[in-house]
Amino acid sequence: MSRMREFTKGFFKENATYVQVLGMCPTLAVTTNAINGFGMGLAATAVLTLSNIVISSIRKGVPAKIRIPIFITVIATFVTIVDLLMHAFTYELWKALGIFIPLIVVNCIIMGRAEAYASKNDVLNSALDGLGVGLGFTGSLVLLGSIREILGNGTIFGVRLWSGFNMFAMILPPGAYMTLGLLAALFTAIGLKRKRGEQK
Amino acid sequence: MRVFLILFSALLINNYVFIRFLGICPFLGVSKKLDTAVGMGFAATFVLVMSSVITWFVNKLLAVSGLEFLRTVSFILVIATFVQFVEFVIRKNSPALYEALGIYLPLITTNCIILGVAILNAQAKYSLLEAIFHALGAGLGFLLALVIFAGIRERLELYELPKSFEGLPIALILASIISMAFMGFQGLIKL
Repeated sequence: MSRMREFTKGFFKENATYVQVLGMCPTLAVTTNAINGFGMGLAATAVLTLSNIVISSIRKGVPAKIRIPIFITVIATFVTIVDLLMHAFTYELWKALGIFIPLIVVNCIIMGRAEAYASKNDVLNSALDGLGVGLGFTGSLVLLGSIREILGNGTIFGVRLWSGFNMFAMILPPGAYMTLGLLAALFTAIGLKRKRGEQK
Repeated sequence: MRVFLILFSALLINNYVFIRFLGICPFLGVSKKLDTAVGMGFAATFVLVMSSVITWFVNKLLAVSGLEFLRTVSFILVIATFVQFVEFVIRKNSPALYEALGIYLPLITTNCIILGVAILNAQAKYSLLEAIFHALGAGLGFLLALVIFAGIRERLELYELPKSFEGLPIALILASIISMAFMGFQGLIKL
């Protein structure tokens, strides 16, 4: 049962984007449509899960003083693997995400999970934790990407919903900040309401 | 002439914070007060320029030996080591400067603008001089973004907001409005 909780806590309770405010750069930059957000989320999830597994299995042999460079090397290795695989098999997506694939290395979510969780817990729990947080991140990106794609382009996942009414600004940088800001306000409002409900 | 085009393109037209979305975490994190924003901005500019020079040579080395796929790994390690080294030197030699910039240095390692600019330099195949000016523009643009943003946020403290908009949401909406202003520079320079 507790294993299940390790997996699901990343979805809402410890959601990386809206609760912990980590990994903002890819969140804002690649969510011009739902597919890009989905691809970015899955790439980050793969790196997060694999690096969590490796880091938690070597955690006892890593000297505390140089743990950060070691973690970064592990993460960077997996990022390179994902980068090369995406270049080979999903070229269009690779081109759309561009520089943000190598930049998964400095995504604070991954380093944060390595430092706060994988370096202290066993392999299975760390894998579940990585998968859960990664999928929570993917969900946030797809949500943001869908809203921007629907409003800005009238399509979702490339399927046309309507034509003739496009708020083009939603796809441009200001739209990214605006949508994320309003979503963050919405999530804060829901959180506040829940807290008030518990107090009663 | 081209180097100045690169400088201003990175500084205003493709401002890294508002248009290209790099370095958002420190931008949202340390922009609550004007003086910390200035400290962070200058520390990042310094590290950006220096690490661009270093990674330029590393990239040449990788290209000569045909190991370009190791770019991400080697860049991030070189940058992390360099930042540690700078912190070390500043702490030993200049306590006053360390007081001003020191606390921001560890944060800078994971600032994606540093690695981002290094990788963009390599992808665009800039010469050393162009890489330096690109990094300088990116750093000053980051500083400009932080200062504008911190100035507005300091004033915002005085106003009463709906509870659900306090903190992050209003900061993001502010960033959206400033980003709209920066969109006005679009198309001024064609590189």
